[in-house]
Amino acid sequence: MNTSSRLLANWVILGLTLTFLIGPFLIIILAGASDTSYLAFPPEGLTLKWYLKVFTVESFRASFLLSMALAVFGTLAALLLGVPAAYALNRYALPGAETIRTIVAAPIIVPGIIVGLALLRYLVVPTGVTVTLALFMAHTALVLPYAVRVVSSSMHNLRADMEEAAVLLGCSRLQAFTKVVLPNIRGGVLAAFILGFVTSFNQVPVSLFLSGPGVRTLPIDMLAYMEITFDPSVAALSALLAFMSLAIVFVAERLLGFSRYV
Amino acid sequence: MSDTFVQLSDVTLMYGKSVAVPDLDLSIREGELICLLGPSGCGKTTTMRAIAGLLDPASGSIHIDGRDVTRVPANKRGIGLVFQSYALFPHLNAFENVAFGLRLQKLPEAEIRERTEAGLATVGLTGYDKRKPAEMSGGQQQRLALARSLVMKPKVLLLDEPLSNLDARLRLEMRTELQRVQKETGVTMVFVTHDQAEALALADRIVLMKEGKIEQLGTPADLYARPETAFAAEFMGFENIFRVEGTKAVTDSGALELGFAPASPLLAWRPDGVSVGSGPHQGRVLATSFAGAHREYVLDTALGPVKADAAIELPEVAIGETLSFDLPEATARPLSA
Ligand SMILES: Nc1ncnc2c1ncn2[C@@H]1O[C@H](COP(=O)(O)OP(=O)(O)O)[C@@H](O)[C@H]1O
Ligand SMILES: [Mg+2]
Repeated sequence: MNTSSRLLANWVILGLTLTFLIGPFLIIILAGASDTSYLAFPPEGLTLKWYLKVFTVESFRASFLLSMALAVFGTLAALLLGVPAAYALNRYALPGAETIRTIVAAPIIVPGIIVGLALLRYLVVPTGVTVTLALFMAHTALVLPYAVRVVSSSMHNLRADMEEAAVLLGCSRLQAFTKVVLPNIRGGVLAAFILGFVTSFNQVPVSLFLSGPGVRTLPIDMLAYMEITFDPSVAALSALLAFMSLAIVFVAERLLGFSRYV
Repeated sequence: MSDTFVQLSDVTLMYGKSVAVPDLDLSIREGELICLLGPSGCGKTTTMRAIAGLLDPASGSIHIDGRDVTRVPANKRGIGLVFQSYALFPHLNAFENVAFGLRLQKLPEAEIRERTEAGLATVGLTGYDKRKPAEMSGGQQQRLALARSLVMKPKVLLLDEPLSNLDARLRLEMRTELQRVQKETGVTMVFVTHDQAEALALADRIVLMKEGKIEQLGTPADLYARPETAFAAEFMGFENIFRVEGTKAVTDSGALELGFAPASPLLAWRPDGVSVGSGPHQGRVLATSFAGAHREYVLDTALGPVKADAAIELPEVAIGETLSFDLPEATARPLSA
């Protein structure tokens, strides 16, 4: 292949990639702006009223807050478990470290719908745990593998002798962790948080079975809304959420080169 | 000078169920530069970690400055360690790396500043305060690691192969640098290396280790001239070591009449102790190389290969030709089995 046709091929591939990445996003933005009472693409006439309507739907507001809280606290809990786990897996030649890694990764491998059903059938029903608590646990478990994986990779180059050096300079083991390990994996922890947040926030299958009266995550609520009302506000909401995720990733990339850790 | 400052008594060091260092006794004097020398895996790092408190002895005791520190945790022992990898803190600049330990002691800011600046100056890093370790050369990182330990005024400063990551020229430079710092500060230094030339050049005393045990301990001059075992002799450059039977030198390949009756079971010669150009024995030249002040030969003899240095004035003998040589009594070093 000569240079110019190779260049052309590169452009074509780049173009296709961008189309498949950005295309759906554009479709959603436009569909949400359609001046029709039903979801339509291409949009017929343009309006912002569906974008505004999103903010007036009571159940969206409640489920948005629930999803936010789940994403924030579920991810924080996952980090609280995941950072020490990643540390232990990296630092010590634990017997069965590989098995532990596999178990930690299980929620990624097992279909979410099964995780959700299992939690409902064997946790919520027999023990009477509230759905909110079950959701929190499910989201924590779901995010944990990402937390362990991302934090692990940022810890990988951190040699144990750095902590020993800190100890010899007077640190306790805990101080060595907070003064030497944590500052050096800060970027990884933040990246894990963002990845976990987005994963949790957009989660559908696990949350599907875990809803109760007035307790629904936003994606589930949107599904429910669509079953009854087929207006473009769902598309508008999706577009707004996509913008939110984009903004978070953009800020993260700007602040600490997020892409290095994922 | 000769009072014991660090005393290891009957110290056994283990990793899990395997013994790395059995029953070690070692005393280190105040203000001396002592060198742990030995091949990779002989327990140098392990011994050092035990002194620092990073590894608890399975049995035995460690005293420092008259105090039993066997159960004192590493962060309370007041010992400095310069790691082979330097182990600098990558998120802190040079100043903060050096100030790290002082800050932990919650000293007044002015004192921290003063001592840190002084520490950086001692190792010739004045003006590098703001550099991150990643922005410094290997030699500078080495100095920084040294300064970070020195500012703590440690009772003992341990250095684990501190020069092994530097190139040859820098290594020589840092050698003199280390000696200067030790003279200036008077700190007791334990220096680990597997490089015999480094040990000979730096140390007040050398501890030669083999498989976790002390093979021989003495001044560089002592060890260089009077190794006691085949292992020590080999380490000190006695490249020709033979068994003795009556008046013969013997190897698995054959025997050679020495013309004298040694009292020791083994004899060793340095290459420059083998006389070449004349003598009762013949060897075929296997390899030859020019080494500046002399010429090095490997001879194929009745004993197998013999290494010999010839004066540069002697005409070169080509590979395959024969050369006469002698193993003189005067340069023979008797060794115990
Ligand atoms: N963390 C460890 N776990 C198990 N064995 C070790 C460990 N570190 C060192 N050893 C073993 O202990 C012995 C001494 O090692 P070391 O003190 O590191 O030697 P040196 O520093 O002289 O090269 C070696 O046989 C080595 O394999
Ligand atoms: Mg070592």
